[in-house]
Amino acid sequence: MRYSAWRVFREGLRGQSGWAPVWRDPEPKKEYDIVIIGGGGHGLSTAFYLAKEHGLTNVAVLEKGYLGGGNVGRNTTIVRANYFLPGNSEFYSHSLKLWEGLEADLNYNVMHSQRGIINLFHSDGQRDAAARRGNAMINQGDDAILLDREGVRQYLPFLDFENIRFPVYGGLFHKRGGTARHDAVAWGYARGADQRGVDLIQQCEVTGIDIENGKVTGVQTTRGPIRAKKVGIVVAGRSSQVAAMAGMRLPIESHVLQAFVTEGLKPCLDHVVTFGMGHFYISQSDKGGLVFGGDIDFYPSYAQRGNLYTAEHVVEAAMTLMPMIGNAKMLRSWGGIMDMSPDGSPIIDKTHIDGLYLDCGWCYGGFKAVPASGFAFAHLIAQDRPHDTAKRFRLDRFRTGTGLMDEEGTGSQHNLH
Amino acid sequence: MGSAVALSRPAEGASAEEWDDYLHNRDNPAGLSRELWYHNPCGSWIVVERDTATHEILSTTLASEAAR
Repeated sequence: MRYSAWRVFREGLRGQSGWAPVWRDPEPKKEYDIVIIGGGGHGLSTAFYLAKEHGLTNVAVLEKGYLGGGNVGRNTTIVRANYFLPGNSEFYSHSLKLWEGLEADLNYNVMHSQRGIINLFHSDGQRDAAARRGNAMINQGDDAILLDREGVRQYLPFLDFENIRFPVYGGLFHKRGGTARHDAVAWGYARGADQRGVDLIQQCEVTGIDIENGKVTGVQTTRGPIRAKKVGIVVAGRSSQVAAMAGMRLPIESHVLQAFVTEGLKPCLDHVVTFGMGHFYISQSDKGGLVFGGDIDFYPSYAQRGNLYTAEHVVEAAMTLMPMIGNAKMLRSWGGIMDMSPDGSPIIDKTHIDGLYLDCGWCYGGFKAVPASGFAFAHLIAQDRPHDTAKRFRLDRFRTGTGLMDEEGTGSQHNLH
Repeated sequence: MGSAVALSRPAEGASAEEWDDYLHNRDNPAGLSRELWYHNPCGSWIVVERDTATHEILSTTLASEAAR
């Protein structure tokens, strides 16, 4: 079924009786050409692009819970292309271009809203860094505008500009950045993949990976064995567990990142705003809630909930930057499990096992990468060579020390990002 | 500081592979985990056995004692 304004109008007149389930619920077949482990944003977009770009439709996505039930449904929905380092820069630039065509591509409203992102700075040094980053973004072909204090005031008059410790000096404005409706991204890709013949198999946990003579032959699941010529692992926070089924130890540590939302408010915040002197970022959802977050909790966790000290730190930063937020009531908080890599950048690569591919290490930045990650991972699986935009996301860069992408400049070891 | 690997640092003359494994690769268990924590107020290093799925703390030992 194709969605359109006419369709919505017609269903309105017919008591909404004509809508059908958006994807099938197939029984797993005994064999597929390609099995994708993980039915989150990245797994579903991989399946979609395998079908759309490479014509490969004998594909199954195996999901142990329900589609989009992990981080793609738990993030703060920000979409941007404001990276600095070669490797990241072209990859996220490609991702933003895919976002810009995504709704037409999927025939699905993912509510992509290019409302603009303003990264604030609070010192001369930070201004220099912002200018340098902005130039890198422009060199990449994306957009960036350096705003002075009055420029920021024009958009965000409610900030505490004269704060004694952290005065607002200005901001780097990335107009094409913004937000999207996170669940809809998963659903749109799922629908698109299903329509092209991909089997989306839920409630199907992978319990083993079959390897013969250094080549993958299939997977064991809670719904029986499934043979496959190629297997892709795209399981975010659970990467270490699934890779261990193939005898691999990954350079990944799983950490909890919290997010928060206030009660619904009238529109008061038109952009995505980040505070430069404390880890804090905020936007307003289309439902009206202020959605915000900060740093990870900095201890390994699979609990999908965090501790109060991080909540306190985030709220302190919020109150410092925009005191008006103290009038809003916090509605709820939650956590997602981040697959943290040592240098803070992702991995999209083959493994030493023939036919086994790995897509992980998204740290706390996976949502904006959903289109380009799936695009590049599908390319890698289909053609056995990396896509140009993701060729630097190598698994062996930690071992060799070549091509590390430490975007924050804090070092390349665990617990620094 | 995450996994308590710092207590089993490779010996002098270890291979590059051993150093890579020590520095980067992790078991990253979902469940019982042995970690190294730093207590900021008193400067102690503590080996903490913890369940990463529930955040339950099972035991704590001063790293100076655990390393003996």
